[in-house]
Amino acid sequence: MSNASLDAIAAKSDQPFPGAPNNWRRFFSFSTDHKVIGIQYMVTAFVFFLIGGLLAMVMRGELITPEADLVDRTVYNALFTMHGTIMLFMWTFPMLNGLSNYLVPLMIGARDMAFPRLNAAAFWLVPVFGTLLMVSFFIPGGPSQSGWWAYPPVSLQNPTGNLINGQVLWLLAVALSGVSSIMGAVNFVTTIFRMRAPGMGWFRMPAFCWTVLSAQMIQLFGLPSLTAGAVMLLLDLTAGTSFFDPAKGGDPVLYQHFFWFYSHPAVYVIILPIFGTFSEVFPVYARKPLFGYRFVVVSSLIITVLSAMVWVHHMFASGTPSWMRMLFMFSTMLISVPTGVKVFAWVATVWGGKLRLDTPMLFALGGLVCFLFAGITGVMLGAVPFDIHVNNTYFVVGHFHYVIYGATVMGIYAAIYHWFPKMTGHMYYEGLGKLHFVLTFIGVNLNFFPMHPLGLMGMPRRVASYDPEFAYWNVIASLGGFLLGVSTLPFILNIVSSWVLGKRAPANPWNAIGLEWLIPSPPPVENFEEIPIVVSGPYGYGSDESLVANNPAGELISEHS
Amino acid sequence: MTTPTTPTKPRSLSFRTVAQLVALAIADAAISVWVGRQAYLWMPPQASAEALLVDDLFGFLTTIGSFIFLGVTAALLYSVLFQRADKYDISDGPPVEGNLLVEILWTTIPLGLVIWIATYSYQIYDQMAILGPMEHMNHVPSLSLMPSAEAATLPAVPEQTPIEVHVRQWAWEFHYPDQNIISTELHLPVNERARLKLISEDVLHGFYVPAFRVKQDVIPGSTIDFGFMPIREGRYRLRDSDYSGTYFAANQSTVVVESAEAYQQWLATAAQQPLTEADNRAFREFTKLGDRPISAGWKTVEPAPPPRVNFASSEEDSYE
Repeated sequence: MSNASLDAIAAKSDQPFPGAPNNWRRFFSFSTDHKVIGIQYMVTAFVFFLIGGLLAMVMRGELITPEADLVDRTVYNALFTMHGTIMLFMWTFPMLNGLSNYLVPLMIGARDMAFPRLNAAAFWLVPVFGTLLMVSFFIPGGPSQSGWWAYPPVSLQNPTGNLINGQVLWLLAVALSGVSSIMGAVNFVTTIFRMRAPGMGWFRMPAFCWTVLSAQMIQLFGLPSLTAGAVMLLLDLTAGTSFFDPAKGGDPVLYQHFFWFYSHPAVYVIILPIFGTFSEVFPVYARKPLFGYRFVVVSSLIITVLSAMVWVHHMFASGTPSWMRMLFMFSTMLISVPTGVKVFAWVATVWGGKLRLDTPMLFALGGLVCFLFAGITGVMLGAVPFDIHVNNTYFVVGHFHYVIYGATVMGIYAAIYHWFPKMTGHMYYEGLGKLHFVLTFIGVNLNFFPMHPLGLMGMPRRVASYDPEFAYWNVIASLGGFLLGVSTLPFILNIVSSWVLGKRAPANPWNAIGLEWLIPSPPPVENFEEIPIVVSGPYGYGSDESLVANNPAGELISEHS
Repeated sequence: MTTPTTPTKPRSLSFRTVAQLVALAIADAAISVWVGRQAYLWMPPQASAEALLVDDLFGFLTTIGSFIFLGVTAALLYSVLFQRADKYDISDGPPVEGNLLVEILWTTIPLGLVIWIATYSYQIYDQMAILGPMEHMNHVPSLSLMPSAEAATLPAVPEQTPIEVHVRQWAWEFHYPDQNIISTELHLPVNERARLKLISEDVLHGFYVPAFRVKQDVIPGSTIDFGFMPIREGRYRLRDSDYSGTYFAANQSTVVVESAEAYQQWLATAAQQPLTEADNRAFREFTKLGDRPISAGWKTVEPAPPPRVNFASSEEDSYE
């Protein structure tokens, strides 16, 4: 392992390459640098995260009392539709694409992605369909109000009678999002297959890259189904076809198959890079190698394969024949095996280590606990007889918010804090980071735990009003929701102020192992002065093996080993 | 960095360690069994034979889930509390890269667990014999390891004309064809298998009675046969469980389970009553001008006029 010399970086990092890394204007350009694109994705996504969060807080305001008394029912329905749509298509997917974009080339020792222009084009579609979604708030009739599943016939009803309506814009946005994600997926898969540094065999590749590969392969096989479904629904809505309209002989359940064939695997597209983040963060802050590396990385691929065979578990109450219910119950539960392998491996990695509870570690640990809880309720939901009771209730909402907020958003925060010094060249403020963690962890549990008893009691999801017996838990959930809103403030303060004023970050502030930590922070335009020659596995904590045979930073960092 | 650990680490666990692990596992199991018992209290009243079965399954899942959750979080918590590096300690932990035996164990044990849970869920499902729309066409081939005798615990479906459940945006209507009654309240005799025909007149809806633990999407364009077994007299909430548009949340009704005599009495009385207009919350809200919360003036699908029925009830009527 090489230790960075602070003086060497300070001298060089002002302008390591002409014009680029310190020029903020590049973030507003059609840059083809994967690091610029990565940050463009992440910042754009975060802005939409705040918008989606504000929508959720209005919803929690409505739900703090049983009656529909804060906003009109049409407004409430638009809120939950757009909240779900924004959080998935505008926050988690772009955010994780940004993170993967930034990290994968650095981690595998490449100078950029395989197709830099395609990469930039895929990103610039995001503001386009983001704008489409936002514009739909201001057209007559408002945005789509059919939920983020857009099940027909409700999604085909179009009460305004206009050709340009919220549902049409929604479908266009989703189709464009699919195109953008497919472009990204082609790029990631090619990059990981073709551009690994010499010596980086498959089993020397960091777990994060394995999870990105597994996730992006899901995009490749799954997205065509969703995009086709969206296009057919668009034709039904605008051109008078009848793929899904039962009044004209169409089949509304067919749409559900198209939708979930992608949209269930989509949650693995989201959670797999978070698994990768956990696998990167735990070894660094526990100072131990990732336990059972091969089992952990291969289980990602197994999840990819199994994820193609579970979609019907969203349709157990949809008039699904019994043989399907039983088959998909079993395949759904089976996914918990490779997932369990990972969870146990992380616990074993942490166990007996020398733990440093820096902010990234706190978020990773919090995220792991939330994920464990969500995994257990997930297996419960897989059991058909129980699912019949809680299907479409708040139990499901609680379950997937533990996955999406508890595990995914906390995992994203872990990743942001962990790689923030690398990305910006500045250290964040640890105290604010810890405050952010405490508020988030309490907020998540206050907001999403009460949804489980509500679901068991029989409160359906997507209701603007509810029976009075549900009020108690809803008040607690709403308070948690507002706390989550507040929790983003120390984060924003921390990121903005430390990006501008924070202490200069050395190349490797965490004493971590990985190619990205061998080059200056922030990395120069083409990352590596010299393509690294990898000579050992990715998690050599506790041993003195060197990761590389050369000095990939070249003159930028002099070596003191 | 750290002093290299000797390659021949002692493999056998000391008696003391094994005893400690066993004691912890027993404590974990005891707490989990207790939590699994509590799980019954989190559910609505058990008003159907299906509810008894579902609650048993949920108790079982909660017990196993608690065992895993407590075990894993306890290990993490112990690490966080007692295995932190000292402030100025920059050394690494032991370079343990894995342990094949442990990894095989934590793959195969969960696999066994999953098979156990799935088999048990299958048996419960078999006993519930939920009548899905295609149930009569698609029987699950009975596997030899599942004793099919258990399926006979519930009485067979008696031959009677099913009650028609009509749902639209946004009202529930129950038609009793033999008595020519239309009602906005579903009356069922206790301890007799209910047979329903679910019919949607416009979009997807969901027939959901939490106290019965049964739910079925109602799909426009097809008539769905549905059945369950009410076992407890009382008034229960019926909810629309599949999002059906603007007034979705207001689309609720009541199910009344009563003794055979009371049921016959109700049928006789209702049949005598003329058709009257029922109260309908969606229509009432839609037509009530002013007194609206924050509205963007967005157009909605108009609610159908209130149903005209022999027996009307209001959404505000009490229930358990």
